[in-house]
Amino acid sequence: MKTLFYPGCSMQRSARPYLDSLYAIQEDLDLELEEVEDWNCCGATEYMSISRLPAFSLIGRNLALAQQQVNGDASLLAACSACYLNLAKTDHYMLEDTVLGQDINTALEAGGLHYDPGSIEVRHLLDVIMNDIGMDRIAELVTHPLSGLRVAAYYGCMIVRPDLDQRWDDPEYPSGLESLMSTLGAEAIDFPLKTHCCGGHMTQISPPTAFELIRRLVHGAAQYEADVLVTVCPMCQLNLDAYQVEMNKHFRTDYEIPILFVTQLMGLAFGKDPEELGLGREFIDSGPALEKIGVETSDESGEPRKKRKKEEGLPMPPMVGGVR
Amino acid sequence: MAERSDLIELVTEDVNLVEMVESKTPGDARLAMCIQCGTCGGSCPSGPDMDHTPRQIFAMLRAGFRNDVLKSNAPWYCVSCYLCTVRCPQEIRITDLMYTLKRMSVEAGLYEDSTAPDLSGTFMDYVERYGRSFEFGLATRHNIRHRPLSVPGMAPLGLGMLTKGRMDLTPHHIEGVDQLRAILQRAKQLEAVQ
Repeated sequence: MKTLFYPGCSMQRSARPYLDSLYAIQEDLDLELEEVEDWNCCGATEYMSISRLPAFSLIGRNLALAQQQVNGDASLLAACSACYLNLAKTDHYMLEDTVLGQDINTALEAGGLHYDPGSIEVRHLLDVIMNDIGMDRIAELVTHPLSGLRVAAYYGCMIVRPDLDQRWDDPEYPSGLESLMSTLGAEAIDFPLKTHCCGGHMTQISPPTAFELIRRLVHGAAQYEADVLVTVCPMCQLNLDAYQVEMNKHFRTDYEIPILFVTQLMGLAFGKDPEELGLGREFIDSGPALEKIGVETSDESGEPRKKRKKEEGLPMPPMVGGVR
Repeated sequence: MAERSDLIELVTEDVNLVEMVESKTPGDARLAMCIQCGTCGGSCPSGPDMDHTPRQIFAMLRAGFRNDVLKSNAPWYCVSCYLCTVRCPQEIRITDLMYTLKRMSVEAGLYEDSTAPDLSGTFMDYVERYGRSFEFGLATRHNIRHRPLSVPGMAPLGLGMLTKGRMDLTPHHIEGVDQLRAILQRAKQLEAVQ
């Protein structure tokens, strides 16, 4: 089934493992991804902060290109939560606010384009996996169950909120990603912070604010003894992975929670090669966690991995309740 | 807060401040429906860093404190998580309103103590030039300009991004960059007359 796809800037580079792993499993999922030709940046959370109509028109170009490409109505898949929300929101507000809709089209005319609001249905990858592909199909695809892997299923914000198209069961405590993890054979923890903010662009504007938000999430996952935290958004992955290192420096902590994309765990369960899934490109090495499920990854140096825990030291008595 | 002597003038000048903010926000933002319950501020992940919570901001808008609102750091600490928006019992589109206040603040040149508008400006410079965002350019330009002392400390992060193949040193150009610029130009012209 041909599926129109908007990758967005982050998936091209900083979240490349997300794109690579999605492409690695697209055939299994029966998604024949077809990129919107010559798409442009969605403006993230930046453009809307400094201008209104240009920001909507920037996104409008992508919707217009998508409509032109399929020559009619179609759904458009986005895997980045910010891209997804920007595209969905623009379509939604063009329908709701007809003056805005007309203005966007007046701007688009300057580039010889036009978009009919409502003709493109914007969907997030996770929504498509949950509701179109379904868990029965996913279960059939699992050849290497992730048995024994404890996963913190993390949604972030923009996929479930504001949820203009009402696709989720709850904007604060949704379910779905957990059942996907269980279907893959992993054990999903009951993660109370599953839709808390990762800090967004605050890493650039007010790092202490971002570090505290990152600390809460990573601490929460560590408290529940998660082996990995799984995400569906490039920004969340970048903040929780690359900036986990910076956050540790800031608070003098030593959290080591690997942050992986949902498509990487799916690929592992479907028996794909870890390298093809972009594993080993994260800042917090997922190797030790994945060793638990018998997956061997190599980091780019090819050197043997450092042991996660020191072998020296006095033996410690086990704690009550089995907490490490 | 405004001095008492300014108050009368401000109130008369900006008697329609609430309507004005609503009109600059897409769709029906429902700002006038605020019942001052404070759920927004209590829900906000970066609320503790804000000088005024969203609830206070909305009260100030009603009272006509235009300049105090546009000087506030609150909109700039909004992380667009939409938690307040989905929790608001009056279904006020708080996150959208924060975007409107950011734009009004930039327009009036009243924002203080935030590098956020500059980050947005730099981000969009690259998008308007190439059609795509350019993370390497954005991170280096922003940090050199605003946090030069932090730059050496950022080196491991930047190097890690490069060696892991997660950052490009050169931007990617889209083919239709002239078309995009024409669209944005028209949009800016339209917005200027509104």
